[in-house]
Amino acid sequence: MPNAPSQSPDAAPTAAPHRTVHLTVNGIAHEIEVETRRTLLDALRADLHLTGAKPGCGMGDCGACTVLIEGEAVYSCLTLAVACEGRAITTIEGLSSSDGELDPVQSAFIAHDALQCGFCTPGQVLAMKALLARNPHPSDDEIARAMSGNLCRCGAYPKILAAGRALAGHPS
Amino acid sequence: MPVRIITTHLEFEGRVSEQRVVMEGDEPPVWGEDAELRIVGKPTPRVDGRERVTGGATYTYDIQLPGQLTAAALRSPHAHARVTRVDASRAEAMPGVRAVLHRFNAGDLIDPNRDRSVFAEELPYAGAIVALVLADTREQAADACAAVMVEYETLPFVVDPEAALQPEAPRVLSDRPHNKLNDEYPQTYQRGDVDAGIREAEVTVEARFETPAAMHNSMETHGATAQWDGRTLTIYSSTQDIFGVRRAVAKALGLHQNQVRAIKQYMGGGFGSKFGPHESGLLAAYAAHRLGRPVQYMLSREDENVAAGHRSATIQHFRLGAQRDGTLTAIEQRTVGNLGALAGWFPATAMATKELYQCANVRTIDEGARTNLGPFAAFRAPGVVEGIAAMETAVDQLAAALGMDPLELRLKNYAERHQDMQRPYARKLLREAYEIGAERIGWATRDAEARRYPKGRDGTLRRGVGMASQLWGGDGGPPAQAQAKLLPDGTAVIITGTQDIGTGTRTVLAQIAAEELGLPLEAVRVELGDTEFGLYSPPSGGSMTLASMGPAVRMAAAEARKDALEIVGHLVEAPADALDIRDGGIVNRETGREMGTLGSYLEQLDGHEVTAKGMRGPNAENVTVRTFGAQFAEVEVDLGTGQVRVRRIVAVHDCGRIVNPLTFSSQIEGGIIQGLGFALMEQRVVDQRFGTVMNANLEQFHIPTIRDVPEIDIVLLDRPNTYANTLGALGAGEPPIIPTPGAIANAVAHAIGRPVSGLPLTPDRILDLLK
Ligand code: FES
Ligand code: FES
Repeated sequence: MPNAPSQSPDAAPTAAPHRTVHLTVNGIAHEIEVETRRTLLDALRADLHLTGAKPGCGMGDCGACTVLIEGEAVYSCLTLAVACEGRAITTIEGLSSSDGELDPVQSAFIAHDALQCGFCTPGQVLAMKALLARNPHPSDDEIARAMSGNLCRCGAYPKILAAGRALAGHPS
Repeated sequence: MPVRIITTHLEFEGRVSEQRVVMEGDEPPVWGEDAELRIVGKPTPRVDGRERVTGGATYTYDIQLPGQLTAAALRSPHAHARVTRVDASRAEAMPGVRAVLHRFNAGDLIDPNRDRSVFAEELPYAGAIVALVLADTREQAADACAAVMVEYETLPFVVDPEAALQPEAPRVLSDRPHNKLNDEYPQTYQRGDVDAGIREAEVTVEARFETPAAMHNSMETHGATAQWDGRTLTIYSSTQDIFGVRRAVAKALGLHQNQVRAIKQYMGGGFGSKFGPHESGLLAAYAAHRLGRPVQYMLSREDENVAAGHRSATIQHFRLGAQRDGTLTAIEQRTVGNLGALAGWFPATAMATKELYQCANVRTIDEGARTNLGPFAAFRAPGVVEGIAAMETAVDQLAAALGMDPLELRLKNYAERHQDMQRPYARKLLREAYEIGAERIGWATRDAEARRYPKGRDGTLRRGVGMASQLWGGDGGPPAQAQAKLLPDGTAVIITGTQDIGTGTRTVLAQIAAEELGLPLEAVRVELGDTEFGLYSPPSGGSMTLASMGPAVRMAAAEARKDALEIVGHLVEAPADALDIRDGGIVNRETGREMGTLGSYLEQLDGHEVTAKGMRGPNAENVTVRTFGAQFAEVEVDLGTGQVRVRRIVAVHDCGRIVNPLTFSSQIEGGIIQGLGFALMEQRVVDQRFGTVMNANLEQFHIPTIRDVPEIDIVLLDRPNTYANTLGALGAGEPPIIPTPGAIANAVAHAIGRPVSGLPLTPDRILDLLK
């Protein structure tokens, strides 16, 4: 909540500095011109029109904005676009193959009903993807730890855990 | 088709209203116990699961129209103030800024639901909107917000509800004579004579219980994207109620309803907070209309938490009286509700008090207090969650005073009839829920188990088991309409104007239509969320979507099937009632002969589409339809740290027929987890000195994470309630959250051996209780 009276009249910045950034998103190279303070989340959504990563809080509390940078799950709302120069980014739009075949994580989320409203789901799916990439057979506790940075207000957690268990090869 | 108008009664979140139902034709007969169903009742993954896991689902936040502006709000930092001057000249000159709206240039925007200017002169809470900046980018809008200069005249304020009701308290809204919700408050309900009941009691208990303000924190905040093309205003709104959006936006902008189109395909949760357009939707519409450019206004998380609602806080006082054998002689509840500045109603905190237990002498007193805080909004069983938590903990205290088992005390006072309306319940499976839950949690041995429980390294761990009851409506009602279209290839489109707010509405409606039409699920598509092409549907709230829309869809499908068989009968020269549609094929009922696909006949009709309408019929009269249930909780409390860990919840709910056990169980789990958050951690913190909310974010306002989730054991009592509607199904949105906080609170009391005084059961509250 901006609080105007406490601001001095010349506090607001005038011309914001811009910079060119090269990002490879879902395998496609992009060159975009962004304000240096623009977050990766805003760059993906506003500049590249990839709206799969969601703004949930804008301050690193909810995980709705999760994307993969070189396979690692990050909060894109806390990452500056200019800090991603030359990096390979995967968003939810890039997870299924180009012929539309779903990633096993996506299929498991549908089969186990690991989603309700679905707003947190892109972030949950990518967080799970990152976990399985570094640890293909996580224990329940490892799944819960890895997923604990992704809030779900609908409470799909038991089903997210079930999807994770199935992907990890645990008997259901 | 002759039209009939029938008067019926509809209960919505504890309030009963009379409703006129227009019926064209008749509903099909109820699916009873013996109905043979192929698709309804089977665990079915969501029909729109793919969109939701691929990023293909377009939420309101994701709408991007050419030339779209983005908005950011400047909000009052004062608990109570008057805005005397706004100087937006510097902001307006900043790069990318297209307009700054405020009281002195947009004071004519009236919120029809509050009858008040959106940019009001009087700002009755910290977070009330002062100005809205419209700019090309989010960063530019935020910058410009900080450059709007505002002069405020601050006014005295009050945020404590009990203080607000004192005669000398500052006025929350200066044009009102008092801070009561309205002149009808305090509101008293009375049956019998409570004072006499207390006098004749052999044992009495008095308990004070407070419940916090909990913010909804739907993952998608409130907001809308609006576009004006010179004739029609299209508004994409994150709403549970597209028809309410259309009505309010048309009124606010002085447009006809046929000039406003409200759309909501996907939304990131609502939980009761998203009825109507909210001020954000009105602002987006107003700005788009005025500037002639598409406008998106989505609230920030902080603004969401101060200005878009919360579960209102309560302070409740219970008095219970009983005879030695446990028979209740008196129940009294006095509730002070902290309703914020702009409240319009009082949550149903007394609903269960009036009817859960058999008692001749009952009094409830609701005191609604306005305070200089943001508005509350319905939040999943508003009032009932809080009321049941308070009452069920008081009942446990009474059981302790009587030396009686808490469950036995409840059974002793079991209400067989709806006492207030003096009529039977259509069905009450609460006794069964108690028995099943008790069995599964190990109720009989709970004291022995608690003694045996390993106390941990420091000797501080304790185990407790507690339970609470659930009661709610959930039978839905009219008006609700749907249309079924059979296309030339034998597939179907079901057209509704309902909303899927995350519960799986689209999936269950597709199941119902496919069942009735005799088509495979894949051959049915359900349209929803658009006032332009949809038919009227009620708001998605109050656990009424399935029970209202399901029967309408079923009737539309039944009529379409009849018409289709009529047509096929003509083509094959057979009576229509000798034919049937099974799995998309035409079958002779008697011989079982397969006669080709439905599509093979319909495609002979040169493009003709079979269309039929369905509507939800009247509710049953002279009985009360309820969902009943019970939950049992097992907790571990660390007496050293005050930490509570919920280990297990057993949930037994009767919601009638279960159309989709997969999404049903998701809803039950979701409700329990929200209830757990309310019980243990969710609490708005207000700085009493300044009247400002200190944790309007997801960092300091805690909601459950995956690591807080206990083992959840759901028992399905999947039995049609034939009084409810033609499906026999009731809603499941609210029931699961209702008993969770009470069950957890009672389990904690059992673990620590003392009564609890309120929620949330944070470590500091537990340590206080142990002092
Ligand atoms: S939006 Fe990035 S963590 Fe919430
Ligand atoms: S599915 Fe709604 S927030 Fe997770």
